[in-house]
Amino acid sequence: MTEVKYSKEHEWIKLEGDVATIGITKHATEMLGDIVFAELPEKGSSVEKDGTAGVVESTKAASDVYTPVSGEVVDTNQAIVDDPSKINQDPENSAWFFKLKIKDVSEMESLMNKEDYDKFAKENA
Amino acid sequence: MDTKKTSLYKLHQDCNAKFVEFAGYQMPIQYSEGIVEEHKFTRNHSGIFDVSHMGQLFIYGDDELIKDLEKIFPLDLENLKLNHSKYSFLMDKDAGIQDDLIITKIREGFLIILNAACKNDDFKILKDLLNEKYKMVLDENRSLIAIQGPKSSQILNEVINKVKDLNFMSGNWFLFDNQKVYITRSGYTGEDGFEISILNNFADKLTRELIEKGSKLVGLGARDTLRLEAGLCLYGHDLDKDKTPVEANLKWAISKERISKGDFIGSDIIIKQLNNGVTKIRVGIKPEGRIIAREKTKIFNQSDVHIGEITSGTFGPTVNGPVAMGYVENEFSKKNTKVFLEVRGKKYAASICSLPFYKKSYVKGAN
Repeated sequence: MTEVKYSKEHEWIKLEGDVATIGITKHATEMLGDIVFAELPEKGSSVEKDGTAGVVESTKAASDVYTPVSGEVVDTNQAIVDDPSKINQDPENSAWFFKLKIKDVSEMESLMNKEDYDKFAKENA
Repeated sequence: MDTKKTSLYKLHQDCNAKFVEFAGYQMPIQYSEGIVEEHKFTRNHSGIFDVSHMGQLFIYGDDELIKDLEKIFPLDLENLKLNHSKYSFLMDKDAGIQDDLIITKIREGFLIILNAACKNDDFKILKDLLNEKYKMVLDENRSLIAIQGPKSSQILNEVINKVKDLNFMSGNWFLFDNQKVYITRSGYTGEDGFEISILNNFADKLTRELIEKGSKLVGLGARDTLRLEAGLCLYGHDLDKDKTPVEANLKWAISKERISKGDFIGSDIIIKQLNNGVTKIRVGIKPEGRIIAREKTKIFNQSDVHIGEITSGTFGPTVNGPVAMGYVENEFSKKNTKVFLEVRGKKYAASICSLPFYKKSYVKGAN
C-alpha cells in the first residue's frame, strides 16, 4: 500500500519501492491559475530535499517547484512540458513532474498525510 | 489610506472575482474561468472590463484652452473634431513620459482618460501648467466600463441604441436609463470595442444587462495578455519617465504639424531624436519555444553583450506562445535580429519582431 504524502510547498509524493513520483497538488494549481509553461529537472541529475527541481509559470508569474526528498532523477514527464495545461487538468495523477530514486526514505517522515495537508492548504489559501 | 472599491465591487464578488490591489483600488485580477478563458472569450465573443480606477479628467474651456493644451500635448488639437479622440502623452521637459492618455474633444472642453496610478499627479501637473485658469474635474462620480471583442458592438447596441454607428476613436453622448453616458469606440485589447463613462449608481445595472446579453466580465490579468498581444504599452512598465515617445516607438502619435512648430513641452528633445535617431528603442520580442521572458529580463546580442531589457512579457493565449516587448540598442532593433534572453541564469534564443503579435482590423466605419 503506497501512501501519498504532501509538502508545505504543495508537492505530492508517492513512493513505490525506492522510486518516488512527484507532482504539484490540485490546491497549488488553483492558486497558480492557468499553467502555460513547465520546466523539469534533467534526467540523471541529483536533487536535494527542499531544493528547486523545476519551474511552473502561469500567465501572471513564475513559481519554483521544490523536491520534498533527495534523490536522482530517473524520469521526467515530457507530456506536461509539451502541453502545460495538462497540469491544471489532472495535477495529482497523469500530470506528474518527475521520478526520483530516493536517497533516504526517512526524509518522507516529516511530510504530511492527506488529512493534514488539506487542513494546511485550507489555512494557507 | 484605505483601498478603494469601484461601483462594480459587489458584482465582481458575485462573479467570484479574485481581487488584487492595483493603484490603491481593489480590482478583479480574474474570475472563476481564469485568464486564458477570459482572454479567448474576449477575442471570440465579448468581454467587459471594469476600468473605473482610471482617471476621467474633464477640463472646461474654449479656444484659449486649446492653445494652452497644445503647449502641453504634441497634438493638433485645433483641428481635432468634436467627439474625436487621440492617443497622447504627458511629458516632462526632457520628453520623459509621465503618463499616456486618450484625449477627446467634447463640446465643453476636453475629456482625458488617465492611468489610475498617475491620475492624481497628472491632475496637479496639468493644473500648474494651465495656471489654474480652467475648471478641472477629476470625476470620481463616474465609472468607466470597457466592452471589447467582436460581439461587443451588437451586444452594447441592444442596450444602448445606435451606439454601433460610432466610428473608431470617436465618441458621443447616449442615454442609458435616462442617464447621459459618454461612449467612445476604443479600447486596449486589439479588438473592436467601446468605453462607457457612466454615473457610478448606474454602472452595476448597465454591466448586468451586458452580461445578460452574452458578454462576460474579464479581469486585469487577461487585460494584460490581450494588450500585450496587441502590442500596446502599459505605463510603469513599457513607458516611464526615463523613456520618450520616440524611444517608445510611438512617434506616429506625435502631430507632424506640431513638430514643425516645436512649441510643446519636451519638443526640443523630440525634434533632436527624430533628426538624429535614438540609442534605444521599443521592439517586439518573440522567444523561441515556450520560455516566458518577463519584465526586467536582460537581452543579449549574439556576441553575448548586454543590449537591452524586457519591459513586458507573458504567455499569449491567442498567439499560443510567449510574447514580449522591451527596449534594445537601436542597431539591434531590426526585425528578425537574433538575440538571447537570460531567464533563471540560462540564455534562450529569441528574435526581434514587429508589433502587434495579434492583429484584427478595427472597425473604421459603421457596421
